Amino acid sequence: VAGLAVFNRKMSVIHFFLKENGRCITRLENMGFRVGQGLIERFTKDTARFKDELDVMKFICKDFWTSVFKKQIDNLRTNHQGIYVLQDNKFRLLTQMSAGKQYLEHAPRYLAFTCGMVRGGLSNLGVKSIVTAEVSVMPACKVKFGFLQKLK
Amino acid sequence: MSRQASRASESKKMNSELFTLTYGALVTQLCKDYENDEEVNKQLDKMGYNIGVRLIEDFLARSSVGRCHDFRETADVIAKVAFKMYLGITPSVTNWSPAGDEFSLILESNPLVDFVELPDNHSGLVYSNLLCGVLRGALEMVQMAVDVKFAQDTLRGDNVTEIRMKFIKRIEENLPAGEE
Repeated sequence: VAGLAVFNRKMSVIHFFLKENGRCITRLENMGFRVGQGLIERFTKDTARFKDELDVMKFICKDFWTSVFKKQIDNLRTNHQGIYVLQDNKFRLLTQMSAGKQYLEHAPRYLAFTCGMVRGGLSNLGVKSIVTAEVSVMPACKVKFGFLQKLK
Repeated sequence: MSRQASRASESKKMNSELFTLTYGALVTQLCKDYENDEEVNKQLDKMGYNIGVRLIEDFLARSSVGRCHDFRETADVIAKVAFKMYLGITPSVTNWSPAGDEFSLILESNPLVDFVELPDNHSGLVYSNLLCGVLRGALEMVQMAVDVKFAQDTLRGDNVTEIRMKFIKRIEENLPAGEE
């Protein structure tokens, strides 16, 4: 329980970090990319190779998302042709801001960071992808990704 | 069975690292943007200041500490409440000056620097300088002008990490023109 309190406080601080770098979305995405690479590097050094796309997706949705944001994603959809949409209804980086329209314009910077993170993580797993995100109703977000190549 | 167990402990490691990695990515980005370490240090301090002036509100709302009566009390609150709350560590407060206006915070560990090594070409970088800005900004909002700097840093080869804080003066609240 004490752990969760420190985690929440650290989330607030991360918020402040990102606000300070908020002017440029590309910059945030790049920062996120580096973070994602670092996270995956530490996490998967002892695990076996992923056997296919589905295995990678399961990892992102369960292990990766849960360890980083302390909760599971709420929904995952796919068109079975390499596009996946992951939905988190109470996205941790957005729950710090009050629900409602006033902060909606700031949401993209948090999403850019997260997209970069997922893209960086996938990149270190050997997968090139395009990752985008949208927020329609705070604090829910949808992260969409497309695998640019088949997993070898 | 053992594979699941190792995944769970890896998972625990990973979430404390989001914070460390995000800070690292921030510092790296600044090193790319600015020519030299001095500039990066300044930017970290400035960023920290902007964060501190807003973080103080969060802190006061969540900690319910009252007004500090003197600098000693301030030091204790910073070490035992604030650092604990945001970084999960409790530095020790030592090396008080005879006048009681200067003290050191000794950090046994620093979550910002886990797994960080400074490359040789960045020996002038004060990696955690953001912390100095945060402390300065936060205290300014409670009417204290302070000077904060790193006296020792394990990243630069010292045995401990030491932050030195000096009280400069009390900031009088500015009343809007026309009021007494």
